[in-house]
Amino acid sequence: MQLDAKIPGGPLETKWDRQRFELKLVSPANKRKFHIIVVGTGLAGASASAALAELGYQVKTFCIQDTPRRAHSIAAQGGINAAKNYPNDGDSIWRLFYDTIKGGDFRAREGNVYRLAQVSNLIIDHCVAQGIPFAREYGGLLANRSFGGAQVSRTFYAKGQTGQQLLLGCYSALSRQVAAGQVTMLPRREMLDLVLVNGQARGIVVRNLITGAIERHAAHAVVLATGGYGNVFQPFTTNGMGSNVGAAWRAYKRGAGFANPCFTQIHPTCIPMHGDYQSKLTLMSESLRNDGRVWVPKQAGDQRRPEDIPEDERDYYLERIYPSFGNLSPRDIASRAAKFQCDQGKGVGATGRAVYLDFAAAIKRLGRAEIEARYGNLFQMYEKITGEDPYQTPMMIYPASHYAMGGLWVDYNLMSTIPGLFVLGEANFSDHGANRLGASALMQGLADGYFIIPYTIGGYLAGTALGEVNESHQAFTDAEMEVNAKINRLFQIRGSRSAASFQIDLGHIMWEYCGMSRNDAGLQKGKQLVADLRQEFWENLTLPGSTGEFNQSLEKASRVADFLEFAELVISDALARRESCGCHFNEAFQTEEKEAKRDDAQMCHVAVWEYAGEGHEPIFAKEPLVFEFVKLVERSYK
Amino acid sequence: MSPETINLTLKVWRQHGPEDQGRFITYQANDIPTAASFLEMLDIVNERLIVEGQDPIAFDHDCREGICGMCGAVINGRPHGPEKETTLCQLHMRGFQDGDTIVIEPFRARAFPVIKDLAVDRRALDKIIQAGGFISVNTGQAPEANSLPVPKSNAELAFDAATCIGCGACVAACPNASAMLFVSAKISHLALLPQGRPEAAKRALAMVAEMDRLGFGNCTNHKECQVECPKGINITNIARLNREFIKAAVSSPEEIPVFPAGRPEALQMGAK
Repeated sequence: MQLDAKIPGGPLETKWDRQRFELKLVSPANKRKFHIIVVGTGLAGASASAALAELGYQVKTFCIQDTPRRAHSIAAQGGINAAKNYPNDGDSIWRLFYDTIKGGDFRAREGNVYRLAQVSNLIIDHCVAQGIPFAREYGGLLANRSFGGAQVSRTFYAKGQTGQQLLLGCYSALSRQVAAGQVTMLPRREMLDLVLVNGQARGIVVRNLITGAIERHAAHAVVLATGGYGNVFQPFTTNGMGSNVGAAWRAYKRGAGFANPCFTQIHPTCIPMHGDYQSKLTLMSESLRNDGRVWVPKQAGDQRRPEDIPEDERDYYLERIYPSFGNLSPRDIASRAAKFQCDQGKGVGATGRAVYLDFAAAIKRLGRAEIEARYGNLFQMYEKITGEDPYQTPMMIYPASHYAMGGLWVDYNLMSTIPGLFVLGEANFSDHGANRLGASALMQGLADGYFIIPYTIGGYLAGTALGEVNESHQAFTDAEMEVNAKINRLFQIRGSRSAASFQIDLGHIMWEYCGMSRNDAGLQKGKQLVADLRQEFWENLTLPGSTGEFNQSLEKASRVADFLEFAELVISDALARRESCGCHFNEAFQTEEKEAKRDDAQMCHVAVWEYAGEGHEPIFAKEPLVFEFVKLVERSYK
Repeated sequence: MSPETINLTLKVWRQHGPEDQGRFITYQANDIPTAASFLEMLDIVNERLIVEGQDPIAFDHDCREGICGMCGAVINGRPHGPEKETTLCQLHMRGFQDGDTIVIEPFRARAFPVIKDLAVDRRALDKIIQAGGFISVNTGQAPEANSLPVPKSNAELAFDAATCIGCGACVAACPNASAMLFVSAKISHLALLPQGRPEAAKRALAMVAEMDRLGFGNCTNHKECQVECPKGINITNIARLNREFIKAAVSSPEEIPVFPAGRPEALQMGAK
């Protein structure tokens, strides 16, 4: 697999300028002759659809929900970073770039990340002009807050609903283009295959989720903005129920390289499992750890109520093991530590997979009113879900899968290894390395959609010979037949287990053997268990109804089938990365203080996997990461 | 966490498609954990139906955190169920008693045809937004973000209106199946901001006309929408919408859009 990242030469500051000059342009009169397909309507997909349509391209946009406004970007809480430096506290484009590279544990490209920091300010300008109701100061100017350990306040926010407001902004821009006739919006459609003609991405095959009809859509280029794959850990995830790897996986099977699939972020503060019927976990803002103290009983298997456990029989393990950071230890550290305590049988709650987050000391010190002012809405949400009053009894929390740094490999132009297939937002791998900083996901999604793809896709369209292709092309017929064959195969199994039950089993395997703390033996075992489960799936699935109707069980089964294949790639990637970095922690590679130990000499690369056919191990390729402008250092939490 | 379970009788609206007449089917839902959410309860019921070879109950859902707006059904006569400012996904079974009978229906409105069972087609709400629920700014045109100060109180009122999740509970709650709360939330959000003023008159006229065209009813001040809105959107927004609309109709050069009479479009959408 040829991996040319196409990063322009020269100083970091001028790379993007240079690229924009060197990319060919499509003249205004010719843009309307090009048709572009966009799959997904989260921040990246909706912003790309709007921006491309504004330029005059003919855009067809697809989403699996009933309307583009439901995409899971909507659930993002905290905020969006930009290097505006409004607080005058020392921020700059360079600092945002450096923080992001370092936060990613030096496993992202300098060129991409610098560009992300450069366009961050344009995003804020555009969002304000769209009417996003960001938080403001009394003087009417925009407010900022600190986030995720950064030493500057660069995060713009709209209470705890920043993702919702930004998504509704994209959605309004998209709606305007639908009204203008520039975008054809096709909701409740699921992409089931990518269609290649002469090696170029020229269309997709989708299932109409209302009628079940298989539809063909041709275009000059295809943009995937289909989000992440955190649901490979379902139910141990904060992802929405519909989020899935299907579109990316089908593109992979058509030849798109998949990069760093083992880089999956685990968020430490989520409401834990309370039963095996549970569908997902809910994120509780990390800010709670400012005043809450994390503990477990010293005695494994202690069944007493937390109030009945005396002070000297509690282990405030984060304060004990990390005295300088204590309860504010970084996400990956806090997550792994919680898992370790529970593995020792000290976990609390009905399932033993939870730790306490205790506000008793803070309430005593600050008073209940102050705690209510700081965290009132979070306490309320916790009570709604658990039925317990966190003012009276400690909260219980546990980590959950949150975000996928890995994704389809893309070059500097956000094009995958398949010409004409572009990948944006969480679906690509590009900017966050081995660990994403808080408030950076929203920034990347909008950067890709509003400010990068409009330039780079033009360069592709203007500089590529694209023959006439329509939906009656043989490649569409073949793809549709394959899609139908796969659906029929699912119905013919006629076993006795639901698709949902397989998904939950898969999540348990992945969480246990490829989760927060990994080791070779566990990964090998996990890989075998996934293979076994996949086999059972294809022998014992039961699927009600038929394909020619609204059939949510079929949707689920199709996604689970893809997850069952994809999971193995995640594990293979974890096994191949012979180091620990960011979120990827292999117990064989740790410092004496049990911190992640990178191997910059051997492992400073993007791991890219190429599909080699059914039953064959994927082909591994490396894109070396070259650091010209920053020095690689050990991330220190001390 | 209580490990308690309860036994329930569910009367669920089952309807194969928009043309099917539909009917209530009774299910016995035993051993439902009280800690489960309402949608998890439906998951449990569906899991049992699937294993028995029966057709599971179709319902829309996605984020299960109360923010995406995709879920929603009428529970014992109330959209999203009995709890204040709570989406169906955030409603939990501990609020029900052992032996309860729960009636579960889709959001009912002329503009929301049933797709299957509890899943309805709410694209009419998208069409209303397409009629004018935006500020016309192309990517790249924006001035520097802080060049236009917005009074904090206006920004906060705009935010409160902008938190609408587009679930359609207001429509389902209204005896007229009016979308006035939904429309007014978007009109208010944008009218309260200086960026939204240039198009305010055109927006108010166009969105209201589109709402009428799609077969939504008008507002006759029942206030049910405000009671059932999971995000607590206030009907003062409807007052603001009326003010914006009257101002636009009387004093702006914008013309009031007129659409040909006939069958509302929403009814004809079907599966297209």
